[in-house]
Amino acid sequence: MTTQIFHDSASDRLYRTKFWSGRTAIYIALLIWAFICLFPIFWTATTSFKSAADVMKGNMIPWLEYAPKWLGWKKLGLSPDTIFEYSAARDEFLRRFVNSVVISTTASVLAVALGSIAAYGLSRFEYKFLRFGNSDISFFFLSQLIMPPVVMALPFLALYKELNLLDTKIGLIAIYALSVLPIVVWIMRDQFESIPTELEEAAMVDGLSIWGAFTTIILPIALPGMVAAAILCLVLTWNEYFFATLLTSTVANTLPVMVASKTGSQGIEWWTMAAISFASILPLLFVGILLERFIIKGMAAGAIK
Amino acid sequence: MLHVVTADNVGRVRLTLGSVLLWGSLAILGLVALAQLMQTYGIVDLGLSNWRPTLYAYLVFSVCLCVTQVLRRGEHGKRDLFILPPLLFVLSLAIFPLVFGLVLAFSDWNLSSAAGRHFNGLANVRQLLSDVFFWTAMGNMIWYLLAILPEFVIAFGLALMLNAQIRAQKFFRVAFLLPLMLSPVAVSWMIGKSMFVTQPAGPVVSFLQFLGVDRPVFYSNPWAARLMVMLLDAWTFIPFMMIMILAGLQAIPKELHEAARVDGATGWRAFWEVTFPMMISVSVTTLLIRIIFKLKLADLVITLTAGGPGGATDSVTSFIYREYRERSNVGYGTLLAIVYLIVIVIVMTALTKVAEKATRPKT
Repeated sequence: MTTQIFHDSASDRLYRTKFWSGRTAIYIALLIWAFICLFPIFWTATTSFKSAADVMKGNMIPWLEYAPKWLGWKKLGLSPDTIFEYSAARDEFLRRFVNSVVISTTASVLAVALGSIAAYGLSRFEYKFLRFGNSDISFFFLSQLIMPPVVMALPFLALYKELNLLDTKIGLIAIYALSVLPIVVWIMRDQFESIPTELEEAAMVDGLSIWGAFTTIILPIALPGMVAAAILCLVLTWNEYFFATLLTSTVANTLPVMVASKTGSQGIEWWTMAAISFASILPLLFVGILLERFIIKGMAAGAIK
Repeated sequence: MLHVVTADNVGRVRLTLGSVLLWGSLAILGLVALAQLMQTYGIVDLGLSNWRPTLYAYLVFSVCLCVTQVLRRGEHGKRDLFILPPLLFVLSLAIFPLVFGLVLAFSDWNLSSAAGRHFNGLANVRQLLSDVFFWTAMGNMIWYLLAILPEFVIAFGLALMLNAQIRAQKFFRVAFLLPLMLSPVAVSWMIGKSMFVTQPAGPVVSFLQFLGVDRPVFYSNPWAARLMVMLLDAWTFIPFMMIMILAGLQAIPKELHEAARVDGATGWRAFWEVTFPMMISVSVTTLLIRIIFKLKLADLVITLTAGGPGGATDSVTSFIYREYRERSNVGYGTLLAIVYLIVIVIVMTALTKVAEKATRPKT
């Protein structure tokens, strides 16, 4: 029988308990917040498989407390037994879904393209339009960020009515691109400023024009930043509701409008609602999980000067 | 800054060609707009049903303007090409509606009636001054803005924990980020209503009953409803602040913490005297951006409470939206929006001034 001869001193052991209690507190806090973040998503996903009785009884855990059914998804025509049959609801849903995809990606690409060349120009050349220099132009782009959408909304409504652009994809794309453009300029300006100008100088000595140097040398380097900006734009435009509900009615409306319109004041079919909601957030959940690195990078670029 | 000197040989042909293109397209734009105006006022009938042709003429003019820059100014024109298209895009889409909005603000225009727009002078302003609901909405905005402070504290705490050396960091980061990806409409329905209101089975209701709150109300009491809007908005936007703060924390050099440790600063002391001062500039940026986003708060209010009960939860944007939906008069709503914009510009300018003073290094 061996006995331990050397012991940590009392003060060292105290330190150890303090360390471990601190650790535990951190993990408990983190787990609580993770629960707060994830439970609503879990709730949405599971509610779409509940029947009316399950919703009323507040059963939460699938298979244990209730038997999952395809009720909500059947209403959308997306459950296994209805997927091969004709379904008006599914056509409607898919139309909205395609609208959302087309509008948000086009607007994001447009905003990233315009915002990147503007940010590149501002980071490389000195401009003078009338008496406005670089800092004024830069401020002009960024100041669009504080413009509340409601200021633009009603003039745009009247304007689009005159231009016959109400309820068109183009109309929404233009206004979405405008609303996310300042964010792109904000992120990309930092990206381009961190790239040394010697690269272009070398490229131009080798005979490239300035646009050639920009597209073949600078853009590939700045690509991660552009992806980050594009994802941020995508998130904001995919979820946008205010302009979509104001400027579209039947042809060009997007998923959030559809979600909001699936409501009576009483007797909401929660399982259908949950199915539509879940289907509409699913693409962005994937984006969030797979491209989290880029999103964090993009926002970090803006935060640190 | 890139300084390149180039020899531009812009010949006479290019110069004239550029001028012809520029003034030609401008003339076409003017002619089309004139024709449209005459059509609108019924002087001649050219069969133009809307302003689309004018839009196309404007697009052609914009393209010609860009081409002309290259033709007439050579290499310098190519550089202008970086900034000109975005500038034209923003100018035409932002400035024009703004000017148009100023006209609208002093008009009476019911979009659903055939009467069209006509000036009504200061009638809108008088209506605004006596509009109790608008001023309630403005007051609500102050409460919503104040809610940013607790959001910031929580976000800061979460960022500190994520920055500590923990296991499964990636999992926590992704989990914390997800609320940001969700659409406010889905959030307000599936969380705000499904989880809170479904009586008697919503998980939050049962949890509160378990805690001893007998009949919790969420949307019939003004303060409870306001709190709900704040909570859901906080839920979606805390990740946003958290990420920016986390980026700031990670940019602080490790040596600083080590030095503070050697000097005997631990725990709170280290936080207040090392971490926090280093984070002031990032915090200010984060707060300013969060304020800007908060001032745009609308989707959540429209879908969650529709401003109720009795306008108690209205943000300015959602109020104007309801105002338009009920009367479809764009004039009064535009005036409200412009007043709101002016207030925002004043407040934001003041805040940026204060922020600049706060972040300036003390000598």
